[in-house]
Amino acid sequence: MGGGASTVKPTTVPERLAVNSFRVDEEESHIVVDQELCRTTGSGAAIIAVCPAGVYSEQDGLILVDHAACLECGTCLAVAAPGALTWRYPRGGFGVSFREG
Amino acid sequence: MTSDAAGPDFDVVVVGAGIAGSVTAYRLAERGLSVVLIERGDVPGSKNLSGGVLYGRVLETVFPHYLNEAPVERRITRHVTTFLNADSAVSLDYSADGLAEPGNAVTVLRAKFDPWLAGKAEEAGAFLMPGVRVDSLLTGPGLDGATTVVGVRAGDDELRARVVVAADGVNSFLASSVGLRQKQPTNHLAVGVKAVIRLPRADIESRFGVSGDRGAAHAIVGDCTLGIGGGGFIYTNTESLSLGVVLRLDDLLRSGHTAIEVFEHFTQHPGLQQYLHGGELIEYGSHLVAEGGYPMVGEVAMNGMLVAGESAGLAINSGLTVRGMDLAIGSAIAASDAVVEAVAAGDTSKAGLAGYRRRLDESFVMQDMRTSARAPKFLERNRMYGPYGELIADVLQNAFSLDGTPREHLLNVARHALRRSPLTLRQLISDGWAGVRAL
Ligand SMILES: Cc1cc2nc3c(=O)[nH]c(=O)nc-3n(C[C@H](O)[C@H](O)[C@H](O)COP(=O)(O)OP(=O)(O)OC[C@H]3O[C@@H](n4cnc5c(N)ncnc54)[C@H](O)[C@@H]3O)c2cc1C
Ligand code: SF4
Repeated sequence: MGGGASTVKPTTVPERLAVNSFRVDEEESHIVVDQELCRTTGSGAAIIAVCPAGVYSEQDGLILVDHAACLECGTCLAVAAPGALTWRYPRGGFGVSFREG
Repeated sequence: MTSDAAGPDFDVVVVGAGIAGSVTAYRLAERGLSVVLIERGDVPGSKNLSGGVLYGRVLETVFPHYLNEAPVERRITRHVTTFLNADSAVSLDYSADGLAEPGNAVTVLRAKFDPWLAGKAEEAGAFLMPGVRVDSLLTGPGLDGATTVVGVRAGDDELRARVVVAADGVNSFLASSVGLRQKQPTNHLAVGVKAVIRLPRADIESRFGVSGDRGAAHAIVGDCTLGIGGGGFIYTNTESLSLGVVLRLDDLLRSGHTAIEVFEHFTQHPGLQQYLHGGELIEYGSHLVAEGGYPMVGEVAMNGMLVAGESAGLAINSGLTVRGMDLAIGSAIAASDAVVEAVAAGDTSKAGLAGYRRRLDESFVMQDMRTSARAPKFLERNRMYGPYGELIADVLQNAFSLDGTPREHLLNVARHALRRSPLTLRQLISDGWAGVRAL
């Protein structure tokens, strides 16, 4: 087994996202959280845990959303309690564009 | 694009130029139907991601020479299954060159493969509309009083058709909007987190023991997912590797880990560096996988609409392989035949479209979904993801680490290892039996 020097370079989420191609919709966000429901249902913690892009974070009890980083998998919606999250695909032509897939 | 309420603009609107949508559109256009294929990505494939092993025999029935034409990466002749522990690994290596001729499985990168497939549909006469997100279905009351889908709405535009084929993928917003699908429990879904790393061809060939256009598919279970239900994969492309983890959502949530942590643990795992080292990251993505198996497939037809591909819940995770692309193709074949039949008969009601479900049931799609019906349950047995790999490693360590003490018979070694393991013989037998039945 390898190890030590010969490893694949560790990367942070922002570094990984930086190699992707995105066209960010500056006018509207495709993600809206209901702060109250996110808190009371535990959905806030759940969406932070599952999101591979680090779109969600918590600050002073509020869920912050960085919709520009979204990889459009829909995982957050799948774990959120009904109503806690409004999530749809970005408008046509916006969002991530995979070049490999 | 608005039309007077009476006539449809097209025979068929297909939503989603993924695998299911493009094959459906191709086969309908081939048969002379007017088809529009709507895709939210600027280019087909630009929103799509898979692990990348296409079990392509079924595609050969649609495009007999696709292996020579399509942008496929490598023909898989080597399947390696690894139980990865924190500091040991046990692998089962199955290689057979016969798997290459004719191609049993090939690796594909969807951003390259899907444009080719959508191009086939266009050549056959389908009208491709990329960069357009369908927002909702147009519905009206049917003759039988039940809701009938009569078209789609995208922004201010409305497109009417005799039949809408929803091939919009695992999130299946369209099917949900008309009640064909319910919100899925978290144990029916897994998140795939994937990276593509560039690696010189020569390194791929020496590290994976393949040459020419041959390739390897590694399935990895155990410590690489920190014991979370699912697994890891490393697949060889021509000059890159597809790698990542698939994590069942209920288990991920229970684990207290984040998906990001598990992905990073996987890519930094010492047991995998022999394959990955020096690779340059060129893409990072994620996508859901339907893992509910047969129980997740609900209604696939209603008045004026069919649901195809993963939006119908058609995907199988056996623990060692994820299959969705071949099932998407199989369902596209069934869907397009049923639509041709219904349009010809002038009956696109649910009854008129019933040939879809019948064809699905008769084809390998539903037969495999049924065969693997027990697989998700089997995979829920969490012992599969930790103790087993350790048990096997323990046995092999005893067999291979010759420290001067007399060797025991392997069976005794196994018995002792089992005693040290949290597993009981009864669990071993029950899991083994469940596994044989499920896989
Ligand atoms: C990590 C991972 C590994 C996998 N590994 C494998 C594997 O090795 N082998 C295998 O066979 N399968 C694998 N799968 C599963 C496979 O990728 C899917 O099952 C398959 O892509 C499903 O095809 P589809 O055509 O049904 O849906 P998709 O390929 O998802 O296509 C849906 C299309 O619809 C479009 N769309 C969605 N909504 C709209 C809308 N409202 N308007 C317009 N367009 C829309 C999307 O942009 C997309 O192009 C894997 C999946 C993942 C996530
Ligand atoms: S869709 Fe996926 S990437 Fe986007 S916010 Fe939700 S979990 Fe994160």
